[in-house]
Amino acid sequence: MSEPAFYPDQNADRGAPTAIAVEHIVKRYGDFEAVKDVSFSVVEGEIFGLLGPNGAGKSTLIRMMTTLVPITAGKAMVAGFDVEKDPDAVRRKIGVIPQALTSDPDLTVEENLSIYAKLYSVPRVQREKNIAEVLEAVDLTKWRGAQTKTLSGGMRRRLEIARGLVHNPHIFFLDEPTTGLDPVSRIAVWEMLDNLRRTRNLTMLITTHYMEEADKLCDRIAIVDHGKLVALGTPMELKHSVPGANVVEVHFNRETEEWKGRLESLEGVTSVQAESAGFYRVLTSSGSRTTMQLVEMATALGETITSLSVQNTTLDDVFVHYTGRQLRDEQVKPAAFMLPPRPGEQR
Amino acid sequence: MNRMFAIVEREMRKFFRSPMLMIMSLMMPILQLLIMGNAFGGKIVGAHVAVVDYDHGPEAVKLREAFDAIAVNIKTFTTINYTDENKAREDVRTGKVDGAVIIPKQYSRRVSAQDAPRIGFVTDNSDQFTSGSLEGELGLVVSALNAPVIQPRLANSIALEIVELYPYVNYMKFLLPACIALAMYISVMIGGGMLYIDDKARGVHEGYLVTPITRLELVLGLNTASAIKATLSGICLTVIGSLMAGLGIIFHPEALLELLCLILGTAIAFNGMMFLLMVRVEDPLTPRAMFGVLNLLLFYPSGAMYPVSAFPAWLRALAIIDPFTYCVHGFKAIILKDGGFTAIWFDLAFLFIFGIGCLLVATPLFKRTL
Repeated sequence: MSEPAFYPDQNADRGAPTAIAVEHIVKRYGDFEAVKDVSFSVVEGEIFGLLGPNGAGKSTLIRMMTTLVPITAGKAMVAGFDVEKDPDAVRRKIGVIPQALTSDPDLTVEENLSIYAKLYSVPRVQREKNIAEVLEAVDLTKWRGAQTKTLSGGMRRRLEIARGLVHNPHIFFLDEPTTGLDPVSRIAVWEMLDNLRRTRNLTMLITTHYMEEADKLCDRIAIVDHGKLVALGTPMELKHSVPGANVVEVHFNRETEEWKGRLESLEGVTSVQAESAGFYRVLTSSGSRTTMQLVEMATALGETITSLSVQNTTLDDVFVHYTGRQLRDEQVKPAAFMLPPRPGEQR
Repeated sequence: MNRMFAIVEREMRKFFRSPMLMIMSLMMPILQLLIMGNAFGGKIVGAHVAVVDYDHGPEAVKLREAFDAIAVNIKTFTTINYTDENKAREDVRTGKVDGAVIIPKQYSRRVSAQDAPRIGFVTDNSDQFTSGSLEGELGLVVSALNAPVIQPRLANSIALEIVELYPYVNYMKFLLPACIALAMYISVMIGGGMLYIDDKARGVHEGYLVTPITRLELVLGLNTASAIKATLSGICLTVIGSLMAGLGIIFHPEALLELLCLILGTAIAFNGMMFLLMVRVEDPLTPRAMFGVLNLLLFYPSGAMYPVSAFPAWLRALAIIDPFTYCVHGFKAIILKDGGFTAIWFDLAFLFIFGIGCLLVATPLFKRTL
């Protein structure tokens, strides 16, 4: 087994029953290994986040756990049932919100929910009660008769969440639940999910590539990169695992080759990352001391600092620490936007 | 089975919320019936025939009087007098006239002498329909002129007596069975094939697959819904088409029952075939690209437009396995001939067995996972 670089907590210590247990799970498509020997577990009532860039293998992982994609090797237990051996039992216990908005735009909110309740064989009386409850939970009661195509993006996402809950699942899988939403709707969804967890005692597994979402919403986070689990822990544990308590971002008015070496020589600095010409991110154990030294150094050299900021360590820094690059680098493939070289230009 | 009905309910609610599918599946066959039914099957009227008369004798006058009678009565053609045979030929070639009759010198004398009299007809055989009509009319004129003035008391030649079993079938009536089949095919193609792949691409099936629905329930749900849509299209076009073509068959309860069975069999056959073709398709462009090719491969070899017996052997082989063949044959047997179940039992058996067979093959091919 490839142990994640940071794995401080085990479920046994948490004292709660395990809702999801994944052991040495592998997914291959021909020669390509999309998920490489991943193991983790999620306890009941926990919000567990799979954090990683697009193409990291998060959706493949969630699809294996929700019976959508066959597992090549390894074992996944969900709600006490083996995903490969007893997929129907797993399906009855879980609610799944896929990445795409798949509620039917021509149907009303209530019809969408009713059809999914029927697919889960929820009896008629219970069905009506459940629909009323989930509509209340996602604040769509007054829209129950509206056609789905008339709803805003945020409301449609809330409908998707209601649809996944209409049969009272024990475990809730959400694949990038806030992708495509504006910041206000995103925060509303976070609040709603947190509220649902508390009121319904749901276990949730969420995939996301938003650092802030993982930080605010998840009890524990597994960082996934190139199909591998590279780190796992609470957001706080992960941040503490990175050497350096603060991040100093400094922008000089001109770039010289010596800046990186000079910054690394400052007291308390654990790593320096060049972001762009003259712009550096410096991980340090003491933000205030490094800032003072930096200003003194620039003054002595006669250089100008155009901007300077000090922040606490973020999950972005955690991601950089464990993968060697920033998560946002993966959002846009640089090659796709690279201009062809000019005649005579060397690259 | 409740889960299967949930799929059917979803599909049918969508269907009735967006009536465009129904409208589009009916629009093309109705227009085809209206335009082709009126455009084809009519008689040629007002063609122009050049007459080059080198004879000017009494028999030539008789011939020209016969042409004038045609021009006044059935109006198939009118004549234009030419003096130069070459000019007449040239005008036929350039399309100024549709044919040219040449009455040679000595024609009247040869008729009187019973010395193999001949007249010539220059025809534009690039348009076989017009040339065939003109040849037919001229043939009748010549036969009439050849008939003896006094009929013999005992006929010594063989005569063919034609007995028509059914009232006159105009082209629109002839076309109606093909149009019903076409409407059902379009409905299955759009409401079954295209929507199925579009839903798959949009992730709707992913939503189904995470529920406890079984593979069989899902397949039956999707196919039942698609077959209901095709049946509704078939019923609509049968009623509208019959009214347009002036057929009263829809007012006979027994014939209605036969038509309903045939529509149901056709819906199952077309739908089973479409599901088998689409079961492993992922790309939404595929059914769109297949639409025209399938239409060509299935519709024209079926005998809908031209009799199967006129096809070459390889095309007949295609017609034998083509569900359109049995559907069109069955509809013709009921709509045009009121043949009853005796006339359509084989068509019904083929359509049901073909449809169910396709579904039996397609079901194991349907993937329960992504």
